[in-house]
Amino acid sequence: MRRTAYLLSAWTLVLAACGPAAQPAAPTSAPAAAQPTAAAAAKPTTAPAAAATTAPAAAATTAPAAAATTAPAAAAKPTEAAKPAAGGRGAGAMLKILYWQAPTILNSHLAQGTKDYDAARLVIEPLAAAGPDGKPVPLLAAEVPTVDNGGVSKDLKTVTWKLKPGIKWSDGSDFTADDVVFTYQYMSDEKTAATDSEQAEGVESVTAKDPTTVVVTWKEPNPNPYQLFVSGQSNIIQKKQFQDFMGEKAKDAPGNLKPIGTGPYKVTEFKPGDVVTYEINDQYRDKDKPFFKTVQLKGGGDATSAARAVFQTGDFDYGWNLQVESQVLTQLQQGGKGDMITATSGNVERLLINFADPNAQGDQRGEPTTKHPFFSDLNVRKAFAMAVDRKSMADQLYGVAGKPTCNIVTAPEAVVSKNTDTMDVCKYDVAAANKMLDDAGWAKGSDGIRAKGGVKMSVIYQTTVNPLRQKEQDIVKKGWEQLGVQVELKSVDAGVFFSSDAGNPDTAGHFFTDVEMYTNGPEQPDTTNYLAGWLTSKIAQKSNEWRLSNYHRWSNADYDQLYNQLTKETDQAKRNDLVIKMNDMLVSQVVVIPLVARASPVSGKSKQLQGNQPNPWDSELWNVADWTKAP
Amino acid sequence: MGRFIVRRLILAVPTLLMISFVLFAVLSLAPGDPLSQFAANPAVPPEVRENIKRSLGLDQPWPIRYVKWLLSMVQGDWGFSFGSRIPVWELLKLRIPSTLAVVGTAYLVSLVLAVPIGIVSALRQYSLMDHVATTLAFIGFSLPTFFTGLLLIITFSVKLQMLPFIYDSTLQVRDMDTLAAQLKQSIMPIAVLALFQTATVVRYTRASVLENLPLDYVRTARSKGLAQPTVIGRHVVRNSLIPVVTLVALSAPTVFSGALITEQIFRVPGIGALLINSIQNSDTPVVMAITFTFSVLVVLFNLLADVIYGVLDPRIRYD
Amino acid sequence: MATTVTAQDLVRSPAVAEPVLRRPARSLWSDAWHQFRRHRLAMLGVVVFLALIALTLLGPLLYHTPTDAIDYSQGLLGPSVDHPFGTDDLGRDLLARALIGGRVSLAVGVVAVLISITFGTLIGSIAGFFGGQVDGLLMRFTDLFLALPALPLLLLTIYLFRDVLRKAFGPEVGIFLLIVAVIGMLNWMPCSRLVRAAFLSIKQKEFIEAARCVGAKDSRLMFSHILPNTLSVIIVAATVNVGQAIITESALSFLGLGFPPDVPTWGRLLYDAQNFLDLAPHWAIFPGLLIFLTVLSINYIGDGMRDALDPRKTH
Repeated sequence: MRRTAYLLSAWTLVLAACGPAAQPAAPTSAPAAAQPTAAAAAKPTTAPAAAATTAPAAAATTAPAAAATTAPAAAAKPTEAAKPAAGGRGAGAMLKILYWQAPTILNSHLAQGTKDYDAARLVIEPLAAAGPDGKPVPLLAAEVPTVDNGGVSKDLKTVTWKLKPGIKWSDGSDFTADDVVFTYQYMSDEKTAATDSEQAEGVESVTAKDPTTVVVTWKEPNPNPYQLFVSGQSNIIQKKQFQDFMGEKAKDAPGNLKPIGTGPYKVTEFKPGDVVTYEINDQYRDKDKPFFKTVQLKGGGDATSAARAVFQTGDFDYGWNLQVESQVLTQLQQGGKGDMITATSGNVERLLINFADPNAQGDQRGEPTTKHPFFSDLNVRKAFAMAVDRKSMADQLYGVAGKPTCNIVTAPEAVVSKNTDTMDVCKYDVAAANKMLDDAGWAKGSDGIRAKGGVKMSVIYQTTVNPLRQKEQDIVKKGWEQLGVQVELKSVDAGVFFSSDAGNPDTAGHFFTDVEMYTNGPEQPDTTNYLAGWLTSKIAQKSNEWRLSNYHRWSNADYDQLYNQLTKETDQAKRNDLVIKMNDMLVSQVVVIPLVARASPVSGKSKQLQGNQPNPWDSELWNVADWTKAP
Repeated sequence: MGRFIVRRLILAVPTLLMISFVLFAVLSLAPGDPLSQFAANPAVPPEVRENIKRSLGLDQPWPIRYVKWLLSMVQGDWGFSFGSRIPVWELLKLRIPSTLAVVGTAYLVSLVLAVPIGIVSALRQYSLMDHVATTLAFIGFSLPTFFTGLLLIITFSVKLQMLPFIYDSTLQVRDMDTLAAQLKQSIMPIAVLALFQTATVVRYTRASVLENLPLDYVRTARSKGLAQPTVIGRHVVRNSLIPVVTLVALSAPTVFSGALITEQIFRVPGIGALLINSIQNSDTPVVMAITFTFSVLVVLFNLLADVIYGVLDPRIRYD
Repeated sequence: MATTVTAQDLVRSPAVAEPVLRRPARSLWSDAWHQFRRHRLAMLGVVVFLALIALTLLGPLLYHTPTDAIDYSQGLLGPSVDHPFGTDDLGRDLLARALIGGRVSLAVGVVAVLISITFGTLIGSIAGFFGGQVDGLLMRFTDLFLALPALPLLLLTIYLFRDVLRKAFGPEVGIFLLIVAVIGMLNWMPCSRLVRAAFLSIKQKEFIEAARCVGAKDSRLMFSHILPNTLSVIIVAATVNVGQAIITESALSFLGLGFPPDVPTWGRLLYDAQNFLDLAPHWAIFPGLLIFLTVLSINYIGDGMRDALDPRKTH
């Protein structure tokens, strides 16, 4: 009995902690409008002593950070401008980072989640990072290729990356274009089964023109030249270390646990599922960095205790993804030792409306050929949307971790629609919603539940098991009950909800309920892939074992057309327009009911830690080389 | 007795085979997906996930996978973890030191504490000491360990700032200072575990001793002129130990994978934490390895318990 | 005439003497009940336990504060006249929630334990009594269950049976049956091992041999002779398990495998409260106290039962 209790309770702890964050992994979007809370707060509270000794340097570190977080305009070259607070390489002691999911592998190409990408990022890096505003920041590349500087060909089919000269791997050997080419081959080899192989999709070839020039050629003109080699999912690995371990042998590579990299640190010791210890990479190209002599990245436990470790006891300098109720966070921060750092991302917690009938019999259940008894009526959908109090949800449950939103695309800034501010479906108005349902012919019965033609307005509303989500469900349920709708709540284990198991009726893909809820967002600042999720060709149904991404079974020829245009459009301004149009369509047609634009990262850092730049598009540890600590 | 042991050991083989088969079936049929983290991620489309599954060998029907697993097990190859792609055995080896240091110690501590407390409790039934022990025991098993763990953390780490609550497995004990540090970081998880286990053993011991105290042989022993300690120590305890031995034997294998919550809360990288993470990630090879080892331990310890019964109570015969 | 007391008069006992000489017949059970009644703590346990049951059954009928009224302005308030147990972070009244949830918790605790104890005792007694191959087979069966990892097994069971039970018995009863079955079936093993061990030991005693000589059938031996002597072990197992069952149920609901998330069982309230432990301790204290009282009272009842049913105790 104890054993069961142990097992189950531990499991629930873990799950509860893993909640909404665990799904769409890695680096996601953020427009530059990040919360100024952290950076601004950091300045006055850093000890006067620190200010005295490091005055000019301190100004340098905090200023660009503040600029990046408060100014919507693109932060210029934040990485270059930030300098260590006091002293250069190795002046600091140990940087202690706490993740409540422990990394299990350090080869990011075989990674299973954000934790692995982040842990790997201290060691291996991409050619350019996706910056906080969505624009690339060169790391191994000398500059970012654009159409203007000739790096991207006018027909958008060729991208030429010029690499910085003189970069060495941590084992002393030279970093060359061959390593980049090899990385592409590794990623695209089907047998390697790399988890980031999608980034290489559509590539015709990657060749090394000379030791410091790499040419990427696309099969079709690609309006997103930064699909490959930018951001934490296509880190460059050393050819020498991995060349014997491609394809099926990928799992045997010792480099999986101890990769040789060009990053600021190298791995001292790795205990999978537990802790990673790093030390400075002497070959790192910037001689003045990194600041910390060693780094310890510890994993496990839950988010709340991680918050305690950063805010109350100060045992750790950085705590990842603190998915904790906002009141608890506020109270913990009163410990005075740390601050939250956040940035608005493209991750949106949303309600999905089912256009098919989840209660149809047998094989027809949830098939796109069936019609939902009441959601097929736009006015009914609108009414449901207008009874959702997203503001209370965001304020009360998310706090700094989220803002209420009525857009399904919330980042980068250029593609955020302003039109939804005035849409009727975005207002919280229960009285108007009730009237709409009355007008649509759904009359309240004697039991208070609306019905029409013998059909009761009853919904089953599912989401994953997660205390925060369960509270969201409570709020939504209360709203809909005021409309005379009968709501039954259902919560499914996250591992099951997101599995691709064709036989399990509880998955998000099967969508055998009327409404479901989870978070999703674009992986890269370019939202094309993300918007493809609502195409007619992507409808999930029995014939494709519910594996495709249009769970709603929604089909709209106009939307499909807009998407086609988007894939061909090369003018950036026109592209942004198309994205906004598609967003508006999804919202006004109430295909989705966006709830909260989630911040990413939502992490905590010690007040003395400086140099962080919250970045929703890349790994949270993307600029760890620039981090310093005031004494 | 010797023949009995040999017979049981031989019986253990088909038992374990059957257990491993059922385990594998349950793990394969239970819903869950090693790639569920990527489900809503547009960067990892279905084709890529299928590809990854194939590379992990998950596209084959489970009876075939079972046979493959069995054949490699027999040859000593426990397979590779889906998550870290390293041999499962390596992963387990890394966890053993922390598990023994925390969970193993707690187990021993609870035994050393519980049996005497239970005995004294029974001897002084309904005295103040008994009531205190009883109440503490109830607190021990009516409050879940996540709760007691949390209470300790808030008291000793947050408010008093005396003890660290995140276990550092890279700490190596070399001198007095590091020994002190190791003690400081393990005392809370050990306390939480020991409280829980002690509570149960105390209750069983007390009940069992209370059963035996009114029996005739005790009266006989006393009238023979034996001193109370001898009566208790040499006669009563031995006869009261049977349920205690059962319990101790049942809980010994749980050192291996049972202290899940405590390991999670204090971030002790033990085998229990590995098990729960592997189950969550549907990392089947690791789960199979751990649960199978656990079942081997269960079978062995139950055999041990049966042998000890025979020693404690010569009247017990196994037909 | 002088009254002569004849022998006949003496034989026909005077009415006045009868009540003194004759006592009402008492069975062993009423003996036990009398003994139980004398055990003060046990009676206290009965009172507390019945009080808890009464509270959860009748409480919601008398205490009208709603359990799910969300009101952020009332969040995390401590105990007060309006909210005797305080409120949670969404402003919901905790007393109302604890009362409603208590029904589920107590029901689950008691029924699940009954299932596991019954099944465990059955298996253990048959194994311990008959020994030999039967023992071997049953113990290997027990080993199998001990070795199974609870979580995948639970996921599988729920996945297989949830819809079936839901259709057959309705959502609440269906889930209830599923949960008590699951908790019961995962916890009978220690009980069976304990009962078997006790049987092995008692089986060899002389009084069993004596009963056998007198012609007692196996079933009578098992259930009328040996089993009562193993009661103390069973009772301790039962009391230890009740608290565990209540808490396991809360763990189950977190996995989405139990009651819907809005059912405020005590274990669930405790779980919800943990993040707020230093902010709003009242949230955890009250459900914790309720679970504690349940376990305590059941245990003292158990103590009393054991004393009362113990044939060796001199009455």
